Amino acid sequence: MAAPKLSITGLEKWFPSKSGPVQVLADINVELADNEFVSLVGASGCGKSTLLSIVAGLQDFDDGVVLIDGAPITGPGLDRGVVFQSYTLLPWLTAIENVEFALKAAGKSAGECRDIAREHIELVKLTRFADAYPAQLSGGMKQRVAIARALSYRPKMLLMDEPFGALDALTRHQMQELLTRIWEEHRLTVLFVTHDVEEAVYLSDRILAMSLHPGRISASFHVGLARPRTQDVISTADFIALQKDVLKAIRAGSQQAEELEA
Amino acid sequence: MADVKVNGKPAVKRRRSAFRIGEGLSRRAYVGIAGTVFAAFVLLWWASTASGLIKPIFLPGPDAVWVKMVALAADGTLWVDAGASLYRMMVGFLLASAMAIPVGVLIGCFRPWEAAIEPFVDFVRYMPVVAFVPLTILWAGTSDIQKFVIIWIGTFFQQVLMVMDNVKRVPPDFVGLGRTLGLSEFKILTRIVLPSSLPGIWDTLRISLGWAWTWLVLAELVAATSGLGYRITVSQRYFQTQTIIGYILFLGILGLITDQSMKALERVLFRYAARR
Repeated sequence: MAAPKLSITGLEKWFPSKSGPVQVLADINVELADNEFVSLVGASGCGKSTLLSIVAGLQDFDDGVVLIDGAPITGPGLDRGVVFQSYTLLPWLTAIENVEFALKAAGKSAGECRDIAREHIELVKLTRFADAYPAQLSGGMKQRVAIARALSYRPKMLLMDEPFGALDALTRHQMQELLTRIWEEHRLTVLFVTHDVEEAVYLSDRILAMSLHPGRISASFHVGLARPRTQDVISTADFIALQKDVLKAIRAGSQQAEELEA
Repeated sequence: MADVKVNGKPAVKRRRSAFRIGEGLSRRAYVGIAGTVFAAFVLLWWASTASGLIKPIFLPGPDAVWVKMVALAADGTLWVDAGASLYRMMVGFLLASAMAIPVGVLIGCFRPWEAAIEPFVDFVRYMPVVAFVPLTILWAGTSDIQKFVIIWIGTFFQQVLMVMDNVKRVPPDFVGLGRTLGLSEFKILTRIVLPSSLPGIWDTLRISLGWAWTWLVLAELVAATSGLGYRITVSQRYFQTQTIIGYILFLGILGLITDQSMKALERVLFRYAARR
């Protein structure tokens, strides 16, 4: 087997609190193969966003090893593109300028920036809105620009923290389709955090379910659904069965936590 | 969309009361109501003086004030006074702002700087500005510098805290974004935090500009040889209530003009925030 793109071993994370330190992540062991799409699902508070944030280099961790292409991470960097749940388009820049902002940070020349930015705005089908300011864009459009921005500088992997969590159901489905299409065409290692099991099954090659208090990886599911995937797959028996299994794993994880607390 | 019809007639369009919480109001109605209040104020003023209810020595009528102000404008007194005051206010205000913005940004970004500066500024902020007037006169006489110092004391400490708040309101994920793009702390500060907090800082400047006016007039009332506040004190000595009231109204109008120009500039500077 080829070397993993991302490898997490024995990761532990504690948060300080008034009643002493609280463990949020315990013994996390995860490997992502090159070009694999993996989702982290779990109830809110299970630490899935914290885990993603650690991989992004935005948060420290207390123990364990996080390797990207075999090298330990030392803070955030351009090798990992991040799409946040909140809208992070800079409001004083137009859609295309937001993409250019990232490219400039990555050290591309002005001419290159324009071309690459235009290409990526086209990729997320926003050419018509390239010169619109974020205030003029809908939530879905903003996240499309954010995806274009994160892809534009060719990171080794994409980290997505509930990027569609704030969108309405219809827009969410459109965004899932768009993301699947882009991913199937361009292939990239993706770590995707969500609490929406249907979304995880639809998008992923593999799903990791997390349990609560402390957050652990409680189960792993291989998603064998054929690609390219369309929204039709959602109503197939295989899809529904897998969705049920994942949900069951999450429920078991949170029930266990409740019993422990009781 | 098809009209809803009841018994062949268009359904009655229900008119909501304008007094529901959050209910809108047309621009015309808004201006109309605001104008009426101003007109009512002047009318009440005129009626109470023209009827002889209040003696003109205490409260002259709007007509008398108008005549006096026109005379003061014609002989140039008003403009000289306004010029002196505007100059002092602008210098004092710009001095305070130029110092408050960097300090506010610094303590809004870095907790150790906040710990060093914020509690102390909070302490000074509650010292009454008025009480500094005698001290500043000892320090700087009745010169323009004394006016700058009073305006500075009155606005700087408030501005620092407000700018700090503006900076703290920058979404943390904006900073996170900068980090994931590999930007240095300095570049995050200049390319993300500053532009992001600029509309808020502008608003802070607009609000504190009003205070600068207040402190200036206070300083001029106590010790000055020119300016709008000085003229008010002199007029008191000679029972020229027309001038006092005229100048107070004039100050109100000056404030309104500066505030509206700041608002107009805001719309130009931060055009990107407007929805289509």
